[in-house]
Amino acid sequence: MTDAFAIQTEKLTKIYGSGNTEVVAMRDASITVRRGEVVALLGPSGAGKSTFLTSVGLITPLTSGRVAIGGKLILDGPYPRANLQAFRRKHIGYVFQKSNLIPFLTACENVQIALQLSGHGPRAARRRALSLLDYLGVAERERNLPSMLSGGQQQRVAVARALANQPSVLLADEPTAALDSHRGRQVMELFAKVAHEHGTGVIVVTHDHRALDVFDTIYEMEDGIIRRAPPSP
Amino acid sequence: MNLAAKDIRHNLGRFSLTAVGIGLLLMIVMGMGGIYRGLIEDATLLTDRIGADLWVVQRDTRGPFAEVSRVPANLLHRVAAVPGVAGAREFVYHTVQREHGGEPLRIAVLGLSWPADKGQWVPLLAGRPLAQNHFEMIADKTLGLRLGERVRLGKETYTVVGISTNMLSSSGDGIGLVTVADAQAIQFDVPGEAVRLEREARAARGQRSELGARQPALIEQAFQPAASISAIARPQISAVMVRVAPGARVEEVAATISAWGDVSVHTRQEQNALLLKGPVEKSRKQLGLFRFLLTVIATVIMALILYTLTLDKLHAIALLKLIGAPNRVILGMILQQALALGVLGYGIAYLLGQKVFPNFPRRVILTNDDLAQLALIVLGISILSSLLGIWRAMRVQPNEALS
Repeated sequence: MTDAFAIQTEKLTKIYGSGNTEVVAMRDASITVRRGEVVALLGPSGAGKSTFLTSVGLITPLTSGRVAIGGKLILDGPYPRANLQAFRRKHIGYVFQKSNLIPFLTACENVQIALQLSGHGPRAARRRALSLLDYLGVAERERNLPSMLSGGQQQRVAVARALANQPSVLLADEPTAALDSHRGRQVMELFAKVAHEHGTGVIVVTHDHRALDVFDTIYEMEDGIIRRAPPSP
Repeated sequence: MNLAAKDIRHNLGRFSLTAVGIGLLLMIVMGMGGIYRGLIEDATLLTDRIGADLWVVQRDTRGPFAEVSRVPANLLHRVAAVPGVAGAREFVYHTVQREHGGEPLRIAVLGLSWPADKGQWVPLLAGRPLAQNHFEMIADKTLGLRLGERVRLGKETYTVVGISTNMLSSSGDGIGLVTVADAQAIQFDVPGEAVRLEREARAARGQRSELGARQPALIEQAFQPAASISAIARPQISAVMVRVAPGARVEEVAATISAWGDVSVHTRQEQNALLLKGPVEKSRKQLGLFRFLLTVIATVIMALILYTLTLDKLHAIALLKLIGAPNRVILGMILQQALALGVLGYGIAYLLGQKVFPNFPRRVILTNDDLAQLALIVLGISILSSLLGIWRAMRVQPNEALS
């Protein structure tokens, strides 16, 4: 495990159920993501992409395998080697297919809460939240509730929240599924920009093949097995 | 950032309606407590206001409030002659229900021992104490009578000369104060025909007796009014109230009078205890039980409301956990909302109660101690009712945010 990598996974395996009902969602999935690298993970529905992403995101417990983030071993099989809740809070940012904003908080508060949970004071958190919203081009909607934002704006706020604590890892699960192609590309370019500017390791699960040129590395996943995609012609 | 406040702001309409609902429920709990307190206060109000040290009543009765007591009117003079007695007054007390202005009028009639007692001790809102031996009345405001209004009771008409406040019987009826003579006239009022029949019956009994045959003048006397026949006893009174002289011991005076074979003596404290243990006891227990049940119901309803509010937020809770919110943040949010509901509900209950309770037919007394006790109960049920929601929230997994 080396700290040159933002993410290292080693033979991640996840099995649901047992006996006749056993389902292998992921088998021996190993990848490395460098700091500042943007990785795409492609594959059909049911291939195990989300299981992989939530395992790397320390949400789904593993059956076996190891996850290291920033060179530090965090998961060793089903056993955590750190306080996962605190680690998630400080080091991992999530963006999902649906924006997943907290409905009773404004755009700014949705970003601010992530900062305050990490120990920032309310004023400092608000300043940083506003600057992130500005960076993502939605500062003018800071007082709006999520229900008053368009899909693209919601997704930008979600990205701002994911970036709030300057995570070393950003995980996105089909973040452009609810967006048109133009908006979808904008979001993908945003991830690349964030990765390159902040040295964040980014994994994006996507079905959208139109913006693959944005990614540094592409992986494919099928039947729970992950492999590096051949370079496009 | 106060998540509880943000969520309340987002669901302000629903939260406000819920708080009003809880408030109405708590108002009933508060009202029950107030009625309970009013019942006790009303029960002992009269004995406390009258201020008698001792009550001399019919032997072996718990009168005159808990049960009927009849003592001869001349008992007053016997009692007044006991060493250590500073003053003795007749006490006549009974409840009548008449029709007045087309509406039923229920009055607890209390006789004042004129001229020693004109009702100066009665708290008056308007008017004056009694100024003459007959046909004047001090009426409690709950009777709905106006100053100067005339009320027909028995064969006489009484003019309301004073309006009193908080002069109620143990059953909550407003008290009308008249002189003892008038109270007896109201109590022993019989129709003219009944009087005539009684006189005829007296004469017939005389004619059948040997004494009547030997002394015909007796039969002529039998046709006279009862009051003018010395052999017929005067109307009885309910009790005699005793004021013990300064320096004299109440126990000694009570022991002296208790030694007589025809009466029993109760101190003021005993009279109050008799009232609370007697007519009031069952109502008191019933109200207490209702209050307890309503408190339990309020807890259950609050728990269900908070549980539903938590269910509505499960996704947000999962999301908060996903971004690393510790359990205490989630717990704090639910607990704060429960406390906000409780505090708001309590406030609404108090404010509404101030408007509504004075219109209740019985007195509702909210004491500071009772209000503080209810506040503590509300605090308790708020915490208790949030437990179900907290339990559900603690079971939420961060990955539920992705579903």
